[in-house]
Amino acid sequence: MAAVFERDEIDVEPFIHGEEATPEFEAANIAQDRRRGLLIALPAYLYLLVFFAIPLLTVVVYSFATRDRFGGADLTSFNLDSYVELNDQLIRTIILRSAGLAILTTLICLVVSYPFAYYMATRSETARNVMLVFVMIPFWTNFLVRNYAWYVILGTDGPLSRVAEFLGFGPTRVLFTQSAVVLGLVYGFLPFMILPLYASIERIDGRLIEASRDLYANGLQSFRHVLWPLSLPGVIAGSILVFIPSLGAYVTPQILGGTGTSMLGSYIVTQFLTARNLPFGAAMSTVLMVFMLAATIIYFRKGGRTL
Amino acid sequence: MSGITEPRGWTKGALAATSWLVYFFFYAPILVLIIFSFSDSRNASVWGGFTTSWYSDFASDSELTGALWNSLRIAVVATLVSVVLGTMSAIALERFRFRGQRVFDALLYLPVIIPDVTMAVMLLLFFAQAANWFGFSKGFGTIALSHIAFCISFVSIVVRARLAGMDDKLEEAAMDLYASRWQAFRHVTLPLIMPGILGGGLLAMTLSLDDVVITQFVTGGGWSTLPVYVFSLIRKGVTPLINAVSVVMLVASMVLVALSLLAQRLRGDDAI
Repeated sequence: MAAVFERDEIDVEPFIHGEEATPEFEAANIAQDRRRGLLIALPAYLYLLVFFAIPLLTVVVYSFATRDRFGGADLTSFNLDSYVELNDQLIRTIILRSAGLAILTTLICLVVSYPFAYYMATRSETARNVMLVFVMIPFWTNFLVRNYAWYVILGTDGPLSRVAEFLGFGPTRVLFTQSAVVLGLVYGFLPFMILPLYASIERIDGRLIEASRDLYANGLQSFRHVLWPLSLPGVIAGSILVFIPSLGAYVTPQILGGTGTSMLGSYIVTQFLTARNLPFGAAMSTVLMVFMLAATIIYFRKGGRTL
Repeated sequence: MSGITEPRGWTKGALAATSWLVYFFFYAPILVLIIFSFSDSRNASVWGGFTTSWYSDFASDSELTGALWNSLRIAVVATLVSVVLGTMSAIALERFRFRGQRVFDALLYLPVIIPDVTMAVMLLLFFAQAANWFGFSKGFGTIALSHIAFCISFVSIVVRARLAGMDDKLEEAAMDLYASRWQAFRHVTLPLIMPGILGGGLLAMTLSLDDVVITQFVTGGGWSTLPVYVFSLIRKGVTPLINAVSVVMLVASMVLVALSLLAQRLRGDDAI
């Protein structure tokens, strides 16, 4: 299956006009082509080197530095102290909590998205495109505002508690709990799961499923042994795309969570903006980045670029 | 290859119902927010009769309109620069082979996948260090530079998708007819990828207008964009005024996204 997702390696095609295509001529053409390509890429290349690659290295350098008395970082003495500090009871609690909530978010997204993506893949071309657009719109729409909408819904005497009262449940308190955070994360990242899942289910040859049914597999067996394994690249890609931002979430726990629901992302922010322990915050960010890079490599190996 | 056939009977009904529920989940909260932005009540979550006063409060609040103006200025700068750089990088990656191409490709994808917080931390430390050495103050410049850094990648992805879907025989045909490579680009390729450039640009603008986390980290000197200001208001305590401001941001962002998706679906010759 993996071969399907690899991009075609396009050969260098020298553009020849008029002159005779001697090997020297072609070689000169290829060399010129390479220079031009690099030249065109150069502005963006340099920009990303300065404003992305160097900042990334800065974080790594800071993570080995020592905290100074003014809440800055002493860049003359390097050590592993910040990484040793990570092995702390509080940090372990936060990492475990973040991982737990991120896994829960990923699972909920998977369970909700699978039937949706499957249904979308079975529809006609036009219906699919319409369905896709209405998933894409919330996907790109203001994340802060979409989380804030849940704040309004879950708020004191808000719409949700009215509905709960009407249905005969007592006063419910969801806002500022971990459930609210998971709800906000699922709401925010659901399209990240739907899109790669749909992309991989849509590619499946329907005849394989029909063949399994002809051979007396029931619906569940056909799903377990045919549909699920074939859709696995989408499942993996979607899970990574939901898990990583959930782990680094900051806005959602800030708005919908309360005390005792701080996650990795928000804890890192605290280290920079409040606690002023830059090396420690940098060390946590570095760990998060290493996780992210590992996941990204798996993503490209398994799922390809489905966005 | 044939796709999956539509299921029959109760399975179909169940799947259709699930899909409607997913759409309900996506759009109901947005609808609730819009309704409550017209509520005449001090509590943002309680309905107290119809009023448009929160919107006029927004229009007459100089802090909010100032932040809105800042957001728009930064979005325009970030969009223009990232459209040029992103389109150039897409052309280089899709139409040329050059040294360091794989590294560049990876470098372009990283800002898309990296969590907001990590990128914010990176830029915070980078600008703090740079300000130490070169002595500049944070604000408009640092925000715009940061927004460009993540917008380039999104423009590049959208334009590349367009280039990849385009028949490169058209370019070759132009050059067989004695067009120079530049002429072929200017008169054949560029018009055909214009919808992609437009779509990428609108997307970049949305992302710049919506960004909270990175902006909050790289701002300084009292500079604030609308989302950052609203985020600080939410944390201080919620009033229905925030509902109204949120709805304005939400509608702007949804319209831009819809236009971007529409532009990406246009045929090349429609766009010129």
